[in-house]
Amino acid sequence: MTEKRPIISTGGPQPAAGRRRSLSMPVRYAINAVLVLVILVLGELMIDGGAINRYQSTVLEQVGIYIILAVSLNIATGYLGQLPLGHAGFMSMGAYGCSIFIIRMSEVLGIGARDFVTGSPMTVLLVLGGLVVGGLCAAVAGIIIGIPALRLKGDYLAIITLAFAEIIRVVMLNIDSVLGFELTGGAAGLTGIPSYTSFLLVFGCVAVVCFLIHTMMKSRHGRAILAIRDNEIAAEATGVNTTYYKTLAFVASAFFAGVAGGLYAGCVGVLQPAVFGFMKSIEILVMVVLGGMGSMLGSALSATVLTILPEALRAFSEYRMIAYAIVLILVMIFRPQGLLGSYDFSLSRIIERVMNRDFPWSRKGAAPAGADDGKEASRDA
Amino acid sequence: MALLSVKDLHVSYGAIKAVRGISFEINEGEIVTLIGANGAGKSTTLNTVAGLIKPDSGSVDFEGETLLGMRAHKIVERGLALCPEGRRVFTQMTVAENLEMGGYTRTDAENKETLEKVYEHFPRLKERRGQVAGTLSGGEQQMLAMGRALMSKPRLLMLDEPSMGLAPILVQEIFDIVKQLNEAGTTILLVEQNANMALSVADRAYVLEIGTIKKTGTGAELLVDDDVRKAYLGG
Repeated sequence: MTEKRPIISTGGPQPAAGRRRSLSMPVRYAINAVLVLVILVLGELMIDGGAINRYQSTVLEQVGIYIILAVSLNIATGYLGQLPLGHAGFMSMGAYGCSIFIIRMSEVLGIGARDFVTGSPMTVLLVLGGLVVGGLCAAVAGIIIGIPALRLKGDYLAIITLAFAEIIRVVMLNIDSVLGFELTGGAAGLTGIPSYTSFLLVFGCVAVVCFLIHTMMKSRHGRAILAIRDNEIAAEATGVNTTYYKTLAFVASAFFAGVAGGLYAGCVGVLQPAVFGFMKSIEILVMVVLGGMGSMLGSALSATVLTILPEALRAFSEYRMIAYAIVLILVMIFRPQGLLGSYDFSLSRIIERVMNRDFPWSRKGAAPAGADDGKEASRDA
Repeated sequence: MALLSVKDLHVSYGAIKAVRGISFEINEGEIVTLIGANGAGKSTTLNTVAGLIKPDSGSVDFEGETLLGMRAHKIVERGLALCPEGRRVFTQMTVAENLEMGGYTRTDAENKETLEKVYEHFPRLKERRGQVAGTLSGGEQQMLAMGRALMSKPRLLMLDEPSMGLAPILVQEIFDIVKQLNEAGTTILLVEQNANMALSVADRAYVLEIGTIKKTGTGAELLVDDDVRKAYLGG
């Protein structure tokens, strides 16, 4: 435990411990970028080659969407330490914002639904633009709710965000009759959304979102957010603009949820306000809590498991919710800090260990077999 | 001109008046202490000066400029650091990361230099720089909180009950460090319930009682003052 450990384990530079060989930042980024590309290309090839069928690839898209939702909520819960219960609200803002933008713009630009499947440069731009618009819609909602809500803490914040998400849902339901023209389609739903979401797009977004969150949390801004989580008064006393950073974290969280909402719209093709109810927010929160608050990998992992599990258990449809509930109860009893606690995976760190021949099995007796375990123990203490 | 001058300060929490018209001054290079029992308004005064609480009325001037209406993080930039009550360290960060947070308003280059100075005052922190702050002992956490406040290189360091919950030997150590810091050029405003200790290091002291100043004088004068002895020094 005498080794300096970064707060988010990212394989940051180790202190001068002899002549440790380490990777430079560009090399780290390059390694990770190559890995991401390989996975994306591999996945795409498997889909094209038929190794992954249509149903499976749709499930994979859902997995990616939930990963973005979970890691974005993790900013507000894991890093900022608040408990918002309205993530589905931001998701729906993004979903409606993105799909309405794309539908209207493709009318203006004269792009047909088929073009989205073939993927002309124009549609790619339009879709990316739509995702940004969706994110921005959610971010604006995040600012509107964040500024008053972040004056509160804990249960109060949970309730106010919950109420806000319900307001968004009701607005989506009734805005057409207020405006006098069709915008969201009300209870019948918004139809005619081109199916622009693909494996490549979703996991490209996952990579970009994870990268952005990672760099944000590694910067001084991220440090400020973690300081607020640890002790808000101390953070303020050391010169952190707490209002600004709380809002920033909250809005970033909302923005990425909006992007995920945009992807969701293109994946399912129909949007109904009822989908974005309270249970959706809870579902996302469960993923974060299960994976370990403050761990991006944990959020991603549990989002994957909790999306695939219900699908895999379809054959036992009567029992699957029981299995789901039992898994949750067991994890909370035996690993209340979540599956991964605050541990985060770092490929560069592993490569550095190999470069230094620093293997867990080659360390002597009392050497810190897992500094992460120690850190978690201190979190429990 | 006084470094910090507080005039007729009134602060309340809802309907409860915590501070009722306090005025005091601190000159450059002094150690000034506010002593008093629980609920006298000592911490409230400090928190108000640091910008954590808004006062009802009165004035707070630092180097001739008002701090009222200024947000806490701006006040830190001005050169006022608060070491809050109850050792509020960042429990999940390491000692070194806590200290880095203390220099949040400054550049990395400045921090490097200040960090060495802080380690000089607190060699224990240097030994434990890689340790997670939540696992430090109470005394070490107090040192860390003080070290963190020093990282912003304050002109005025405000310490809120540094002796709280510490063993007598550690209290002595903390107060020795307070003296050292003052000799090294930091002006100190000290809030304490441990009146004996506080008065023995302070140049001047103010005695607070239910939100008002009851008495003022040099540390040495108040140590032998009959009223103060009866009320706070146990005889």
